[in-house]
Order: sequence, then structure tokens, then C-alpha cells
Amino acid sequence: MKHLHALGLGAVTALGMTALSMLPAAAAWEPTKPVEFIVPAGTGGGADQMARTLQGIIAKHDLMSTQLVVINKSGGAGGEGFLDVKSNKGNPHKIVITLSNLFTTPLATGIPFNWKDLTPVAMLALDEFVLWVNAQEPYKTAQEYEAAIKAAPDNTFKMGGTGSKQEDQIITVAIEKALGKKMTYIPYKGGGEVAVQLVGGHINSSVNNPIEAVSQWRGDKVRPLCVFDSKPLPYTDKILGDLSWSSVPTCKSAGLDVEYLMLRGIFMPPGVTQEQVAYFVDLFKKVRETPEWKQLMKDGAFNQTFMAGDEFKAWLDQSEKTHKDLMQAAGFIAGN
Amino acid sequence: MEQSHHGAESGPKQRAVEVGTALLTLVFGLIVLYGSVLVGFGWGSDGPQAGFFPFYVGLIICVCSVINVVSGLREDPDEIFAENQQLVQVLKVLIPACIYVALVPFLGIYIPSVALIVLFMVWLGHYGWPLSLAVAFGVPAFFYITLERWFLIPLPKGPVEAMLGL
Amino acid sequence: MNMIAENFTFLYHGFGIASDPFNILLMAIGILLGVIIGVLPGLGGANGVAILLPLTFSMSPTSAIILLTCIYWGALFGGAITSVLFNIPGEPWSVATTFDGHPMARSGRAGEALTAAFTSSFVGAFFAIVMITLIAPLVAQFALQFGPAEKFAVYFLAFASFVGMSKEPPAKTIVSMMIGFALAAVGLDMVTGQLRLTFGITELLNGFDFLIAVIGLFGIGEILLTMEEGLEFRGKAAKIDPKVVWKTWKTLPRYWMTSLRSCIIGCWMGITPAGATPASFMAYGIAKRVSKNGKNFGNGEIEGVVAPETAAHAAGTAAMLPMLALGVPGSPTAAVLLGGLLIWGLQPGPMLFVEQAEFVWGLIASMYLGNIVGLILVLTTVPLFASILRIPFSIIAPVILVICAIGAYTVNNNVFDVIMMMVFGVLGYLLKKTNYPLAPLVLAIVLGDSAEEAFRQALLSSGGAVSVFWSNGLVSSIMGLGLIAGLWPLIGLAFSKLRGTSAQPA
Repeated sequence: MKHLHALGLGAVTALGMTALSMLPAAAAWEPTKPVEFIVPAGTGGGADQMARTLQGIIAKHDLMSTQLVVINKSGGAGGEGFLDVKSNKGNPHKIVITLSNLFTTPLATGIPFNWKDLTPVAMLALDEFVLWVNAQEPYKTAQEYEAAIKAAPDNTFKMGGTGSKQEDQIITVAIEKALGKKMTYIPYKGGGEVAVQLVGGHINSSVNNPIEAVSQWRGDKVRPLCVFDSKPLPYTDKILGDLSWSSVPTCKSAGLDVEYLMLRGIFMPPGVTQEQVAYFVDLFKKVRETPEWKQLMKDGAFNQTFMAGDEFKAWLDQSEKTHKDLMQAAGFIAGN
Repeated sequence: MEQSHHGAESGPKQRAVEVGTALLTLVFGLIVLYGSVLVGFGWGSDGPQAGFFPFYVGLIICVCSVINVVSGLREDPDEIFAENQQLVQVLKVLIPACIYVALVPFLGIYIPSVALIVLFMVWLGHYGWPLSLAVAFGVPAFFYITLERWFLIPLPKGPVEAMLGL
Repeated sequence: MNMIAENFTFLYHGFGIASDPFNILLMAIGILLGVIIGVLPGLGGANGVAILLPLTFSMSPTSAIILLTCIYWGALFGGAITSVLFNIPGEPWSVATTFDGHPMARSGRAGEALTAAFTSSFVGAFFAIVMITLIAPLVAQFALQFGPAEKFAVYFLAFASFVGMSKEPPAKTIVSMMIGFALAAVGLDMVTGQLRLTFGITELLNGFDFLIAVIGLFGIGEILLTMEEGLEFRGKAAKIDPKVVWKTWKTLPRYWMTSLRSCIIGCWMGITPAGATPASFMAYGIAKRVSKNGKNFGNGEIEGVVAPETAAHAAGTAAMLPMLALGVPGSPTAAVLLGGLLIWGLQPGPMLFVEQAEFVWGLIASMYLGNIVGLILVLTTVPLFASILRIPFSIIAPVILVICAIGAYTVNNNVFDVIMMMVFGVLGYLLKKTNYPLAPLVLAIVLGDSAEEAFRQALLSSGGAVSVFWSNGLVSSIMGLGLIAGLWPLIGLAFSKLRGTSAQPA
């Protein structure tokens, strides 16, 4: 019995040894050729900028042994890019950066994919949304603007946003619900264009991401009223006079109970191994430590939540449900 | 396309090709009409629906195609579109080019390119093998180096490149 | 006035920064890389700049933007090369250059066409830079006036001034243009977020990219047309003449009026921002109507190269201004550069001219120097590029086919596009042989989407009232100009009838 036990122990030890010796080898999967970095959006947009910054950081700090190649596949509200990743089963040399269209595109257009068709790697950050008005308008606070919308007939106020049936319009519909008044939603191609239309007075308000409108704020052309997050932003660098991101109140505290954050995450094709996913999780952890990344986070007032593994999957599951509910309520789901 | 018999002056008639092209655009117009009806072509409460413009575009294509069919029928029945001999020349390029394009999704861009250039130079241009092979391998190699290596733009690759580990 | 004097002081300092030897070297490298990028189809300025953007992270922002803008100039110059030599426009705004540039090359005047194209590019860009130097803040204010209704009016004007002047039967011109509109509509409808005309085919999600259509219609179509004339056709024509640059320069000053008009059209279009493509078509269309050689346009008239090239480059350069002053890109390349600005920690927008005066004026000074360096560099290559046409057709034809395929693929990284390119090629041959004009088709693919989008955005904001298109002075006057341009042939006819002279044969 004792003998056997010893044998068993030996076997376990041996197994452990091999397992141990195998572990670094297995974890040390490395790309053997250039990795394609798919951007399911056009050149110059928020996701594209982040992807190209990542590419620059990884190249500058030599974080990867091969190159990272950014490829834009923006067709069908990003559906083209996601379908490409979905169809490249088991290919570890391909990653994709996502925005909210990961959830909204399949729901709004019926293009057949779902985040479960891809392998989640990590959440890099969450993008904030802020309610902006032209600085010439009399509304100093969100409450004043809300009161003006409520007092006027339906469709008096024009809200500009990026794309149709995507994040900006979802937020607009949520605002309409909260206030009980309709607004006129006007879709534009990109966030920068929306910000300029707001400066030019062609729309009354927008829900631009911080990075899209911050320069107009510095020039005192637009005014942030509130942020669609549960707590104020942490960044205290002065932007206009004494104002900083941290002085923008949450919309909830201003009586507008709407919260929305946009995922900036990384996915891989289906069927890749644990080791391959682990390599990229590790890579992006290193990226987060670089000064360039920290600067980008500060410039864009990002919410710096990082997630990977099961935690990330649970978040995705929750977020998908939220999007489905919001879009169902807004009537944005494609016919069939 | 109708083909006549022999002689340098024979070939498909311009009239037939005109009518054929107009019928082709007519079919295209009908497809556009069908597609616009699928997404709705009315005028909603806040402006036109997704299919509004394509619907009228399709309608105009159809109407003008019919006009073109009629005016095509009225053309000189003897004028020829191109001489047969000329068409043969065109097909000598068109057929290899179509095969080339059809092979790209399966074999990648490099091997069909080499084959196309060799075929062209040896068969149509009557060049010697050494020069043909030099050009045939040189051109794709040049693009491999500039695009894939310098500018990091991946081009389509097939099983052979995968075997070579490129 | 005071402000202008201040600008000149800043500019003087800017020249000090830009003429640093390292920066001059970067300019030369940038121009050469840009020319390569411009010559390779599918790899336009926007892609080129995007690809090289990460390389510049370790440089100072001023050096980085000098390198990137010079790549942009180089790509603009290079785009004209393939348009003239092979009838393959590498960028949307080079399409109008092919109309007369390629016929010139076919009749053995490639060197002249290239010289005219490069010189006009330079003139257009230079004019726009002078404008930026003098009246940047004013102009930025003007750009803000453009909402959706005004943008639609500009597109309408571009269409109106280009069409209604072709020799082909009207029904064929209309079919051609409408096919372009239909192709432009395929894919996602931006305003409703709905897919349309895709019939569930995933390859059609992306719609029909303009470049795919153009590479096929013009590039492949041209090869097929040339084959009719047999293999011996090419090769003999192009004479290499090292003095061609001087000889062409002597003839250019007589087109000063065309140049000036195109410069103004270009600057206006670049700022609004409608972009370089409508500018080039508009300038070509107007030159064709106004010029006394108008009837010969399309058969290799040098004025038909000067007009679109000048306008395109004036627009391309002027597009930098809204980017710097407002943070809204006037062109796809400007969009990528905008991303670069953000990465280097610069925020484009109203404060950039104030907070980063050194950077802004360094950039403007580098535009002056970069264009001069660029012009010298590309002019020296004219005899070299012109001599490419001496290569026998049976060697160059398959190589062009390969280049077209690569170009079509790189637009969207999609092999389906390569097949579509071939379909467009056959279509181009067929349409050309049956007298359908291709230019309206191309113009409609390029602008159809944006025009429809602006139209519908305008109607959304007006609650469906069409009166939005004459609701203020700016939009009504542009629409008015558009109507005049569209009805020009009729007006001309009425005019000559009034004077009792017989109308010119249409």
C-alpha cells in the first residue's frame, strides 16, 4: 500500500514536473508571422485611431516579435470586419478591435454574427459619452437644457450623432424616454463632423465622445452639460478656465437617468487556443503600462477598466442584453 | 452575340450589341427596382426612406434603357461592332485575364501572376523563356517586397506560399 | 491687417523650422515614398499616410507632420502618373485627368501631359497655401456655415456643371449616370442604418468602391480596347525628349485664366469641405464649356489636364485648413493626419493656431518648401516615366493586369473586388464601344452617396420641408448657380437665337 502510494506520489511529481516544464513552453506561444489587426470602422475614426496608436506603441516598445498590420474593414457598419474574423476559424494571427457595433450591427442589420462567434481577449477601456451644446446657447446646465426640451413641442431640438441605430442614437432614444419628448436625430458619418456641425449651429446638441469634442471645448465653442456614466470622470487637468473633465456632472445627478459606455475591446477568431489568447492578454497588459497609452487615456478621458477571461465574458453577456433591450425598445431591430 | 462567317469585314453587328447592352442595363434597372421595393421606397414622416432614391434611379434606368433599345433597333443594320479578327485579339487577353482573376481567391495573387505574365510574353509576345521568366518572377517579387515588407499590406496568398512559410 | 503682419512673422519663424536640413531630408524622402504610393493603384494617399503614421511616433510633431504631408504631396503627384500613362486613376480626383491626359500619352505626348499635370498641381497647391497663409481664420469661419443643405447644394453644382455637355445621346448619358448612382447606393444606408440592394450577399456589404469600378472601367477596359488594334500598336509612340519640360512650360502661361479659375474652384471646394473630386470634375466641365478649344476636350487637349489637376490640388491643400482650424477633415488623408495630430498630443481645433503657433506655421512653411522640393523631384522623373510607354505592349499589358488586380485587392483587402474589377472591365469595353459616356457613371459613384446623404440630413433637420434648399442666402445662391450651370446649354441656345445667329452644332 505504502509502496503503491510512493509510486503514485512519484507519478504525480513526475506529472507535475512535466506539466511545469511544459507550462512555460505552452504559454510562450508567439506569433510567427505578421498579425492582422482588423478595424471594423473607417480610417480616421475613434476605433481606427486607437488601433493605430496600439500599433505604434507596440512597434516603438518592441512588444511583439512580428509586426502588427492594421486593416480597415468597415463595410455594413463593420459587419464585413466581424464576418472576416468569424470565418478565420483557428487563425491566431488575426485580432479585431470592437466598438459598440459588435452588438448593434447584427441587431440593426441582421448581418449574421454575434460576439459569441469570436474569442474575447480583453477589454482595453470604455469610452465615455458626454452631452454637449453649442457654447452660444443659453443652457449652462443639463437641467436647463432638459427643461427647454420639455417645454418645447416634439422634434424642436436637433441631436446630431454618428451613424444610424448605433450608440449615439441609442442614447438619444434613452434621453427621449427619460424626458418624454421626441428630438430630431440627424446621423453623420463621423464624430468629428458632428462636433463641427454643433459648432456651426446646425444641430442643438450632440453626445460626442470626449476626444471628439475636447478641442472645441478648449476653444469655448461647445459646452459639456453632463456625462453618461455612474460617477464623474477622474481627470482634473484644466481644459477651459477652471473647468476640467472632473467638473462635468453625471447625467443622473442632473435628473437624466441615462448611462452608457462604449466597449473598446480586443477579440480573436473562434477556435484559437488558450495559450494564444493568453499571449495577447499579456501583450495588452504591457501596452497599458506605456506612457503613450496613459496619455491617450487622459486625452480622451477614457474609463480605464481592464478585463479579461470570464469576467470579460460576463460583462459582454450583460452588455449584449442591455443593447438588445435598448434597441428593442427603440424599434431598431432588423425585420428578421 | 451573332457571329457571321469569313472575311476581314465580318463580325458581330453594332446594332445587335447596342440592343444587347440596352437590355443588360434594363435588367440591371429591374434589379435595382426590386431591391428598393424590399427596403421601402416611400416618403416617410422625416424625408425619404432608404429605397426612395434607388427606386427612382432604377425607374429612370429602365425607361432610358427602353429608349436605347428602340434607338438601337433603328441603327444601320450593316455596321459592324468589331471585326472577328479584332475580337479574337480581345479574347486572347480577356480569357486569360478572367482565368487569372478566378484563380486569385484559391492560389493567392503571386502564382497566377507569374503564370499570366509568362503566358502573355511567350504565347502572345513571342519572347524567349529567359526574359519572360525574369519579368514573370521579378514583378511579383517587387510587389512582395514593396507592399508586404515595406508597407505591411498583406496580399492574398494560397497554399504554396503557406508551405513556404511566407 | 495687423493680424496678417503677425502671421508673416510666424511664417518667417516657420521657414526657419522647416528649412532645417533634417526636415528637408524628410521632405525628399516623403515625396519619393509618396510618388511610389501614388503610382501603386489602390494604395492612395490616405492608406499611405495611415500605414506610415506609426513610424513617426518617435519624431517631433513638426518633423512627423512634414514627413506625412510630403507623402501626401508625393501621392498627389504620383496619382497623375498612372492616369496619364495607363488610364488608371489612382485617386478619385485623378479621374478627370485621364480624359485628356491619356489621349495625349497615346499620341506620343506623355511627357507634355505629365509636365502639365505636375506643374498645374504645384500651381494649385501653391495658390491654396497662399490663401491659408493670408486668410486662415476668416476661411475657417466660412466653412462653419456649411450644414447638410449647403453641402447638397455644392454637390448639385458639381453635377450640374459637369453634365449636360457630352456628345453622346442623352438617354445613354442618363443611363450611365443612373447606373453610377445605383452602384453608390449599394450597402449600408447611413441615414436609416438599413442594408439595401445587397440581397443578402455578404460580399456586397461594402458596396461598390469607386476605385474598383474605375480600375476596371478605365484600366482593364483600355487594355481590351488596345488589343483590338493589335499588339504592335504601342511602343513606338513615346519619344524621349529631355527638354520636354521646358517646351511645355513655354506653352502653359497662355492657360492662366483656366488655372486661376480652377484654383478658386479648388480652394472653395476644399474648404467647404466637398473635397478634391467634385473640384476636379467641376473645373474640367467649366473649362470645357468656356475654352475656345472646348470641342477638342477629350482628344488630348493640354488645357483639359491643367484644369482638373490645378483644382484637385488646390482643393487637396485647402482641405488642410478645416482640419487644422476646426478638426474636421476635408479629405480621407486629412482624416488620417487628424488622427496623427491627436496621437502626438496636439488637438486640432480653434485653439491650435493660438496654442501651437510654432507647429502650425512650421507646417504651413513646410507646405511651401515641400511643394517646391516635390515639383523639382517629380519633373526630373518625367522622361523616365514617359519612357515606360516604350516597353512593348505584350510585356506591359500583363504587368498592368497584375497591378490592377493588386490595386483592386488593396482597396478593401477583398478578393471579391478583384473579380468585380474584371466585370467592370468588360462592362467598360462594352459601354465604350456602344457610346455610353463613362465619366458621368464615375462621378455618380463618387458623389452619389454623399449627395444623397446630405439631401436626407437636410430634410431630417427641416422636418421634411424641401424649402430648406433655399432657406438662406448661401444655400440659395449655390443652388441658383447650379441651376444656371445645369441649364447652360439651353441658355446658350436661347442667347444665340436672340442675337439671330444660328446656334453652334451641338
